[in-house]
Amino acid sequence: MGAESSPKIVIVDESPIRAAILEEGLREAGFTGVVHISEMQSLLARIYALDPDVILIDLENPSRDVLEQMFQVSRAVRRPIAMFVDQSDAASIQASVDAGVSAYIVDGLKKERIKPILDLCISRFNAFAKLQAELDRAKSALEDRKVIDRAKGILMKLKGLTEDEAYVLLRSTAMREKKKIGEIAQSILTASELLK
Amino acid sequence: MTGPLQVGFIPLVDAAALIVAVDKGFAAAEGLDVALVREVSWSNVRDKLNIGLFDAAHLLAPVAIASSLGLGHVKVPIVAPFNLGFNRNSITVSPALHAAIMGEISGDRFDPMATALALARVVAARCKRGAEPLTFGMTFPFSTHNYQLRFWMAAGGVDPDEDVRMVVLPPPYMGDSLASGQIDGFCVGAPWNSIAVDRGVGHILHFVSDILVRAAEKVLAVRQSWSERNQPILAALIRAAFRAAEFIEQPENRAEAARILARPERIGVDAEIIQRTLDGRLKISPDGVMRESGRFRLADRQGAARPDPAQAAWLYAQMARWGQASISPEALKTAMAVFRPDLYDTALGLRGDTERPAPGSIGAFAGAPFDPADVAGYLASFKISRLKP
Repeated sequence: MGAESSPKIVIVDESPIRAAILEEGLREAGFTGVVHISEMQSLLARIYALDPDVILIDLENPSRDVLEQMFQVSRAVRRPIAMFVDQSDAASIQASVDAGVSAYIVDGLKKERIKPILDLCISRFNAFAKLQAELDRAKSALEDRKVIDRAKGILMKLKGLTEDEAYVLLRSTAMREKKKIGEIAQSILTASELLK
Repeated sequence: MTGPLQVGFIPLVDAAALIVAVDKGFAAAEGLDVALVREVSWSNVRDKLNIGLFDAAHLLAPVAIASSLGLGHVKVPIVAPFNLGFNRNSITVSPALHAAIMGEISGDRFDPMATALALARVVAARCKRGAEPLTFGMTFPFSTHNYQLRFWMAAGGVDPDEDVRMVVLPPPYMGDSLASGQIDGFCVGAPWNSIAVDRGVGHILHFVSDILVRAAEKVLAVRQSWSERNQPILAALIRAAFRAAEFIEQPENRAEAARILARPERIGVDAEIIQRTLDGRLKISPDGVMRESGRFRLADRQGAARPDPAQAAWLYAQMARWGQASISPEALKTAMAVFRPDLYDTALGLRGDTERPAPGSIGAFAGAPFDPADVAGYLASFKISRLKP
C-alpha cells in the first residue's frame, strides 16, 4: 500500500443498515476502498482474499473471536494483523467498546491514519444506536396507540361512552394511579380477556 | 461501589456456578447485588473486563493468563480466585470422520492414544490421495479447547499446524459448520457437543477427561487492581459461587439447576440437554449410545474450584509449546500467580493445607509427567511443537 493511497477497509457487520451508514461516512471522508461482509460463513477465507488494511467489526457479532485468530502465527496469514489498541489510549478503547465496535489493523499501518477511521466509526455507530432507540420508541408509541384504541372500544361498549369520554376516563385513571395511559389500557384488555 | 456488580458470562454450562449463585439467591445471601451480562464472544468479555465495564467475568483460563502476560492484546493483570469449569469439553467429529477413525483404530475406542494414532493414519491416507486437509474448530486461540485438540492429535503424530487446519468458531456455529462440511470435528464445551449429537451431525469421540485428568477451563476472573480494592466483595462472590457449586453438585438439585440455566436470558437451550452435562451422562452418538464419566463433571468435587497454580503453569506451557509465548522464568511466575488459591482459602475460611489436591495433577494420557519447575524440560520431550527460539 502506498503511503498516500486510501487504505482498504472491510466492515464485518450483520446489520445491513448500520454497515451502510458506516460505509457512507467512510466514503464521504475520502476512504474509497470499503467492502462490507455480512455473511459469516468462511469469514477468514474472505478476509484473506480481500487482504484489507483495516477490519471493523461490531461487538454484537460472535465472529469477533474468529478475527482474534489472525493474531496467531499461521501459514494462512500473509500480513500480521493487530487489534487497534494503544496502551496509552484507554479513552479510545473505552469509546469504541461503548459504541459497540472494534477495529483490527495490519501491523505497521500508522496510528495517525487509523485514528480518524476509528473516530468516524465510533460516531457512526453511536448515531445508529440513537436511530435504533428512536425507532424502538416510535414502535412502542404505535403499539400503545393500538392498545389504547382497543381499550377505548371496550369502555364505549361496556359503559355506553363516547370515544372522547372513554379517553378522558382512561387519562384520569392513569393520572390517579400514577401510571401511563398505555399501562391502564393494557390492564383493561387483560381484564376483559379474563372475564370473557 | 455504585450499582450492581457487573458480571459477564458466555452461555455455557460451566457458567453454572455464577448463574445459579445469582438466580438461586446465593449472591443476595452474601449481600451482593449482581447483574449478569450475557456476551457473544470471549474477546468482548476480555475487553469489557480489561477496561472496567465488568467487575468480574466467566473467562477462559488461558485468556486470564494471556491478558496478564500481554499476549495478543493489551496487558492487564488478571487474577482467578475460583475455578468454574473442569473437564466439560468434548471432542466431537462428523459421522464420516468418526467412521474413518473407527476403520483405522486398533484398541479401545475410548483410548485417546488409539484414536490419535488412527487419526494420523486417516490424515496420511487423505494426504496420499490429495484430499483437502481435515479442519477442526475450537473456540479461541487462547483456550483449553485449542490446547486439548492439539495435545491429543500431536500425541498420535499429527502436526496441528501442518497436517490439519485449526479454525476458531463461535460455539453456537459448531453444529452447523459440522453439518455443512466446513469442519470435520471440533472441541467445545457443553452443551454444544450434545446439541450436535442430537441433531445427528456428530459423534462425541472423547470427553477431554480422557485426555487430561484435570484441566482448568474457565475461571472467575477479576482485574488484579480490582481484587485489591474490593477484597470483601470478591470474598462474598467466591462464597456465593462456592455455595452454588455445592447446590448443583447435589443430584436432587440438578433438575432445578438445569431449569435455571435453560432460561432464554441465561444459556437458552433445553433443560434436558443441560441436565445430561450436570449428571455427567452424555449421549455420544446419534443412535443413542450413552456414556458416563465420573471425571466429566468435577463441579466442586475434590476441591476442584480451588485454583491450582500448577494448572496455570501447564496452560502457560501449552502457549509456549505452540509458539504463542516465549519460555521464560518470569513469564511462568506471572502465569502461576494468576491462579490465587489464597483468595479462595481466605474467602471460605479454609486453612491453606486442607483438602488440597495433589499439586501438578494434570494427568495427561501422553508425554512426560508435568513439572512446573521444569517447563523447558517438559516441552523438550515432545516431538511436535512450535517453540520460539
